[in-house]
Amino acid sequence: MGVEKEIKKEVLKDDFPGQVIPAGNGGNIVVGVLDKIINWGRSNSLWPLYFGTSCCAIEMMQTGAARHDWSRFGFEVARPTPRQADVIVIAGTITNKMAPALRKLYDQMAEPKYVVAMGACAISGGPFYYNSYSVVRGADHVIPVDVYVPGCPPRPESLLDAMIKLQKKIRSTKNSERKNPVDGFDEGK
Amino acid sequence: MTRTELQSFLTSKIEGLEFGEETTQYLTVTVPKEKLRDLMFLLKDDEELAFDYMFSLTAVDWFPKYFGVVYHLESTKFRHILVVHVNTENREDDISIDTVSDIYPTAHFHEREAYDLMGIIFEGHSDLRRLFLTDDWVGHPLRKDYVDEANMIVK
Repeated sequence: MGVEKEIKKEVLKDDFPGQVIPAGNGGNIVVGVLDKIINWGRSNSLWPLYFGTSCCAIEMMQTGAARHDWSRFGFEVARPTPRQADVIVIAGTITNKMAPALRKLYDQMAEPKYVVAMGACAISGGPFYYNSYSVVRGADHVIPVDVYVPGCPPRPESLLDAMIKLQKKIRSTKNSERKNPVDGFDEGK
Repeated sequence: MTRTELQSFLTSKIEGLEFGEETTQYLTVTVPKEKLRDLMFLLKDDEELAFDYMFSLTAVDWFPKYFGVVYHLESTKFRHILVVHVNTENREDDISIDTVSDIYPTAHFHEREAYDLMGIIFEGHSDLRRLFLTDDWVGHPLRKDYVDEANMIVK
């Protein structure tokens, strides 16, 4: 026991999530919390699916481009197919005609999957909330949303902040208790 | 041709034309709906006019009086531009206008769009179906008196 305390004090930081057990032969066994490792991996390599239907898409492209460069945080591998993507960025208006296509894309994504609703249209219909016959009042009528980014369109800094918030959300996940977000969604749960 | 030349030329060819104010960007002319096709044939075929390019066809709901259709024409040869207005008799039963899709083929889809969203009947159009909305849609959503209690939140 004395040896273990010594190691913890000298080598390990206070927030180390695991435990070090001396093996008795001079070596040590390190027991980590699997959640932390999985979440670390997931949150630092989020492959986004670009779903740009209107002007928000321009800001999203700018976020990926040189000046803001969201690859610094691990979002660089933009996918044109939902089957290789972890997070879908809904950048733009969802119309009644587009909604089935969005749902189909989301259903094709592999678990775990996350959704960022970018801009006023994707949050609530935005400027089309009143007197529109064709616009869905928010993407969360179609698929479950994790992070909402307000703005019309949001600046790249806002989108970056949202993606980092999504990383924080992933890091706080308990994987043993995590459910598929779409379970019960259509029933209103 | 200049604006005044266009105006005097068209006045000499077709009766019943009304020209708009001079403050507008383009020369505008309102034509009775019986004369629409005569005017369009003249505009396209006359060698001095040569309006060979229709760059816009839109519909307007002049609630509660009538519907209007607006054609923007340009000559790629002379680069003069003319805006043609034509109106239906009323908003209720006589809402038809002669098609120009055989004169300007680009009007084919534009007239389908105007029919879809505004409900204007284009007489003689070869395939007047809905374009954007589903085939079973009821009503024409860009009309001022359109009501859709399921989808619209009225403010």
